[in-house]
Amino acid sequence: MKGELEIEVKGLNFYYAGDVHALKGIDLAVHKHGVTALIGPSGCGKTTLLRCFNRMHDLYPRNRYEGEILFQGENILSNGIDHIRLRSRIGMVFQKPTPFPMSIFDNIAYGLRLKGVRKRSELSEKVEKAIMSAALWDEVKDKLNFSAYELSGGQQQRLVIARALAVEPEVLLFDEPTSALDPISTAKIEELIINLKNNVTIIVVTHNMQQAARISDRTGFLMLGELIEFGRTDRIFTNPSEKLTEEYVTGRFG
Amino acid sequence: MNRERIRKIESLAALSLSTLAALSGLFWLVFILGDVLVHGLKALNPGLFINDPVPPGAEGGGLRSAFVGQLLITVSATLIGVPVGVLGGTFLAEYARGRGISRVISVLSDIMVSVPSIVIGTFVYAVVVKPAGHFTGWAGAVALSIIMIPVVLRTTEDMLTLVPWTLREAAFALGAPYYKVIIQVVYRGAATGILTGILLSMARVAGETAPLLFTSFNNSFFSVNMNGPMASLTVTIFQYAMGPYEGWHTQAWAAAFVITVFILVLTLLGRFLIKWRYRG
Repeated sequence: MKGELEIEVKGLNFYYAGDVHALKGIDLAVHKHGVTALIGPSGCGKTTLLRCFNRMHDLYPRNRYEGEILFQGENILSNGIDHIRLRSRIGMVFQKPTPFPMSIFDNIAYGLRLKGVRKRSELSEKVEKAIMSAALWDEVKDKLNFSAYELSGGQQQRLVIARALAVEPEVLLFDEPTSALDPISTAKIEELIINLKNNVTIIVVTHNMQQAARISDRTGFLMLGELIEFGRTDRIFTNPSEKLTEEYVTGRFG
Repeated sequence: MNRERIRKIESLAALSLSTLAALSGLFWLVFILGDVLVHGLKALNPGLFINDPVPPGAEGGGLRSAFVGQLLITVSATLIGVPVGVLGGTFLAEYARGRGISRVISVLSDIMVSVPSIVIGTFVYAVVVKPAGHFTGWAGAVALSIIMIPVVLRTTEDMLTLVPWTLREAAFALGAPYYKVIIQVVYRGAATGILTGILLSMARVAGETAPLLFTSFNNSFFSVNMNGPMASLTVTIFQYAMGPYEGWHTQAWAAAFVITVFILVLTLLGRFLIKWRYRG
């Protein structure tokens, strides 16, 4: 694995409105073109951490960050950062599929149109490419003009991944992407994530430890807002250095 | 008598009483609608729609001026009321969500919905008709739009609130600015609901008489000039039904029939849209 870093978190503290201290002194390095998994019990702050990377917390008033998150060397927590540009470089896929109330084609073209792509031929080409990358082409190629709501849950989730891929992000954040899906759809999404890491850096929050073990290269274990341990996935699961991590990955709590 | 028997009798009594209440309500409804139907259909003829009123006593004549006036006033009211209502609802549900001001405006517009329409009529008389010096079609449209705004505003607010938050977050996560999230994603999700609200609010104002009496008044001549007094079906019904001429009464029935059908169609369309929305 190459050592190049995509994101570096340095001394990150995060407070929700009303001074709830949700993340405490997080230090973390996300490697380029790898899959980084964040695991931990409910309420440990893993989703909170994920939502720092695309400044999602800024949608709600009085949330506060401290520390630094360096994305390719640039601190994305600084005030001058352009959220819109940042979010087109760091995409996000949510727990429940979030197709927009429009056709399959328009769903995937949405981000492209936001970026100002107007030409029909260019749109078609990029939409097709994105659907292919999300391994959905064979299932939807004949019904691009159908409503996205006609797809199954698993297909909708891959549609949403295609939509995020269409704008060619450098990083893709996954927030428990399979927790609302059946096992077969889950397997497809996992396979997809593994294939995607050739082009995109992936950070995935998951409740499912087996999933983290299957798909990630590095794993971070969080508890009560602190990053207890971070390292290569095989080591975290077979030979963790912290007692808490060992107890968690062996299923003794959580 | 055992307990069970008493319970059965109680149940029977409650059932009979509520059935009776429902039937008596229904009776008047059928009576009114039937009466409008019978008299209205008898009075209905093509001349009604293409001729203007003639002096009392003369044969024939129609209500073209009232039909056209009603349509102009209702459509203008919609054009004023819908943008204000939809934008206001958007402010409450999106930009001011969770803030105190949002709740205050919500409650105020709920109160506005139940303000007697004659109060709105006299209000518009004071602020629009009086300064202008005469009755105008515009004043009528303004009065109706004031009745419309709180209805459209509250429906819009409710429908936007129903659109799940994750959908907005998903659009934000793609790098969309808030106004695009609202216009391209949230409005689409709430479109049928908002349209239903608009149709129902049109149905609500189409039957109003009191606000028009003080604002657009009436006009015996055909007029499409919104700056002058303008005929409308409801005021015409009011005037003709109170008048002493048999011919007037017949035409009032016809007008009542037409406006009832118009409101019925709008309401049914609204209902149909609601069903269609929740089907998927």
